[in-house]
Amino acid sequence: METKKIEVPVMADLFARGEKPEYLFWVGCAGAYDDRYKKVTRAFAKILSYLKVSYAVLGKEESCTGDPARRAGNEMLYQMQALQNIEILNGYEVKKIITICPHCFNIFKNEYPDLGGNYEVINYIQFLDKHIENGSIKLDASLLDNAKITYHDPCYLGRGNDIYAEPRSILKKLTNNFVELERNKSFSFCCGAGGAQMFKEAEPGKKEVFIERTEEILRSDAKILATACPFCMTMLTDGLKYKNREEVKNLDIAELIVQVLGL
Amino acid sequence: MAKQIIFALTMLITLGVFTFTAKRLFSYFKFTKANFPIRDFGKRFMVMLEVAIGQTKIFRRPVIGFFHALVFWGFCVILFGSVEMIIDGLFGIEKSLKILGFLHSVIMASGDVFALLVAISILVFMIRRIFMHISRFEGIEMKKISHQDANIALSMILLLMLSLMGMNATYVQLQTAAGETIFGVYPVGTLLAKLFGGLSTNGLHLAYEICWWAHILLIFIFANILPYSKHFHVFMSVPNTFLTRLEPLGKLTNMDDITREVRMMLDPNAAFEAPAADAPISRFGVKDVEDVSWKNYFDSLSCTECGRCTSVCPANTTGKLLSPRKIFMDLRARMKEKGPSMVKNGKDFNDNKSYLRDYVSEQELWACTTCNACAQECPVNINHPTLILDMRRYLVMEESSAPTGLKTMFSNIENNGAPWQYSPEDRLVWTENLEMKVF
Repeated sequence: METKKIEVPVMADLFARGEKPEYLFWVGCAGAYDDRYKKVTRAFAKILSYLKVSYAVLGKEESCTGDPARRAGNEMLYQMQALQNIEILNGYEVKKIITICPHCFNIFKNEYPDLGGNYEVINYIQFLDKHIENGSIKLDASLLDNAKITYHDPCYLGRGNDIYAEPRSILKKLTNNFVELERNKSFSFCCGAGGAQMFKEAEPGKKEVFIERTEEILRSDAKILATACPFCMTMLTDGLKYKNREEVKNLDIAELIVQVLGL
Repeated sequence: MAKQIIFALTMLITLGVFTFTAKRLFSYFKFTKANFPIRDFGKRFMVMLEVAIGQTKIFRRPVIGFFHALVFWGFCVILFGSVEMIIDGLFGIEKSLKILGFLHSVIMASGDVFALLVAISILVFMIRRIFMHISRFEGIEMKKISHQDANIALSMILLLMLSLMGMNATYVQLQTAAGETIFGVYPVGTLLAKLFGGLSTNGLHLAYEICWWAHILLIFIFANILPYSKHFHVFMSVPNTFLTRLEPLGKLTNMDDITREVRMMLDPNAAFEAPAADAPISRFGVKDVEDVSWKNYFDSLSCTECGRCTSVCPANTTGKLLSPRKIFMDLRARMKEKGPSMVKNGKDFNDNKSYLRDYVSEQELWACTTCNACAQECPVNINHPTLILDMRRYLVMEESSAPTGLKTMFSNIENNGAPWQYSPEDRLVWTENLEMKVF
C-alpha cells in the first residue's frame, strides 16, 4: 500500500493560475489552530482528496467569521470581520462554501446574506451524507466492529438549522449499534461552549454544563461518542477526561469515515 | 325584559373594563422598536395552525401536554356555546343557535363533553401544582403571587366548567320534566340530569338560571382578571404564534445601524453615498423597555410562565442564575412599571431604573450559551436568545462591559483574526505532512 502526499490547494495560488475551484473549504479557526481539531480538518481534507473534489482553502487570507464576537454582543467587530471576509470571498468569486464548524456554517448560511454575502453553504455532514448516499463513499459497518456509537447534536446544526437526519444516517452506516442519548435531536442538551462561552469562565452555578452532558453520554454506555463541532469536541473530551473515562472515544464523524475507508 | 337589561349592562361593563385594560397594555407598544415585517401570511397561518391549534409544541411533553391540549380545544368549542349565551342574553331567547340545526347539536354535544374533559384536566393541573413538586414551577422568578395567579385561574376555569355542566344537566332535566323539546345534544348533561331528578319544575328552572348566570358572569369576570395576570396568555398566545419569527433559530438579527457605521469605516468614500439613518440612533442594543422590539413585548404578554424554557436551559439546569422565563416576566413587569409614566411624561421619562440591571443582571445574560433550547421548547414560540443577545449588545457596545475572557477574545480577533492568539501565518500548519493511503 502506498501513501500519497496531499497538497491542499490554496485559493490565491489557483486564482493566479486562472483556475477556479468548485468549492471553498472554510477551515475555521479551531480547524486551523486547535491541536485536536486539526486532526479533523486533516481527515476531511483526505476525504476531499479521496473524492477528487475541486476545492481550495483561503489559507492565510482566512479570518474569523466573527461568530464568537457577535454572540458575545460585539456586533461592530462581527460586521468588520464579516464585511472583510465577504470582500475576499467575492473577490475570488466563491459560489459554494463547505464548512466543518457548525458556527461558521450558521453564520455564512443565515447571517452573511444580510451583509451581501450570498453563497451556497454546505456543512461537511451534509456533504459526506450526500456522497455516501450516491455511492462515492462506501462504508462497511464491520470495520468498526459494530461499536456502540452515540451522537451529540451540536446546537447550531440541530436546533439552529434542523440538520438531524444526515449525521444519524451516516452513523447508522458505520455501525449497527447506534444509540441515542436521552436528550437528542431538538431536545439535545448543549455542550456548554456556545454563545462565546468557549472563551470565558462559566458563570457561577452548581455544575458545569459539559459535565452534565458527559454524564448523560456515559449513561448511554457507548464506546464512541461522535461529534460534529470543534467546540463540542473540546468540551466533551474534557468531560470524559474529567470523569476518567477516556476509554470512551470522542471522535468526529469525518474521522470515523477516514478510519473506515482506511485513508 | 329586566333580565335582558341586566345582561346588557353587565356585558357593557365587562367590555368597558376590558377595553380600558387592554388599551393600556397595548398603548405601550408605541414605545417599542420596529422588528421584522409581517409578510408570508400563508406560512404564518400554517405555523399558527400547527403550533396553536395543533398544540405541537405542547405535545413535546406528551402526558401533561395532552391535558393542556384538551383544555385548549375545549375552550375553542365551548366558545361557540358562549356566543349563543350572549345572543340569548341580549335578545331574551333560549338556545338561539338552534337555527343551525345539526351543527347546533354538534356544537352543544362537543361543548358538553369537553366541559367534563376540561374539568378533569384542570383537576390534574391543580393536583400537580398543589401536591406534587414540579421543579419548573419553582425558581427565583416564581414569587408567591405567581403561584396564586395560577391557582386563581385554575379555580376559575374549574368553576366555569362546573357551572356549564350544571347548566346542561338542569336544562336537560327541566325540558324533560316539562315535556319540552331539548335543543342540542348533551351526553354528559343527560347523565348528570338524574342528579336533579328530585327538583320541581320551578326548582329546576331556578337551578338552570343560577347555573346560566354563574357561567356567563364567571366568563365576564375571568376576561377581566386575565389582563392583570399571566393568563393574558389566553388572548395573546394564538396571535403570537401567527407573529412567530420565521427565521431559522440559529439566525441573529442584523443591526443595520452598525452596518452603516462599519461600511463608512472600511470605505470613507462610502460615507457620502450611504443613506442617512431613518431615525437618530438612540442606543445600541437593549437597556430598558423602550429599546425592545414590539415582538419582545408581544412575547412577554404571551408568556404564561409554564417554565418549559427554563427547564431545558443548560445554564439554569446546572444552577446558573439565568432563567429564560424570568427574562420575559421581567420585561412585562418593567413595562408595567415604566409604561404608565412614559404615557404621561413621554418616552424620555427616566426613573433612574432600567430593565437591564434592576431586573435582569449581567450574570444572567453572560450565562446564555445561545443553544436555543428555550426557543425550541416554548409552546407559544417566544424567542428568548435574541433578546438576551440584544442586552449583551448594549453591554458590549455602549458600556464596553464584558467578562475578561471575552474582551481577550475580541482583541485577538481584532489583532490576528482568530479568537485565540495565533498568527494568521500559521493558518496552514495543519496541511503540513498530510498524506493518505492510495489503494
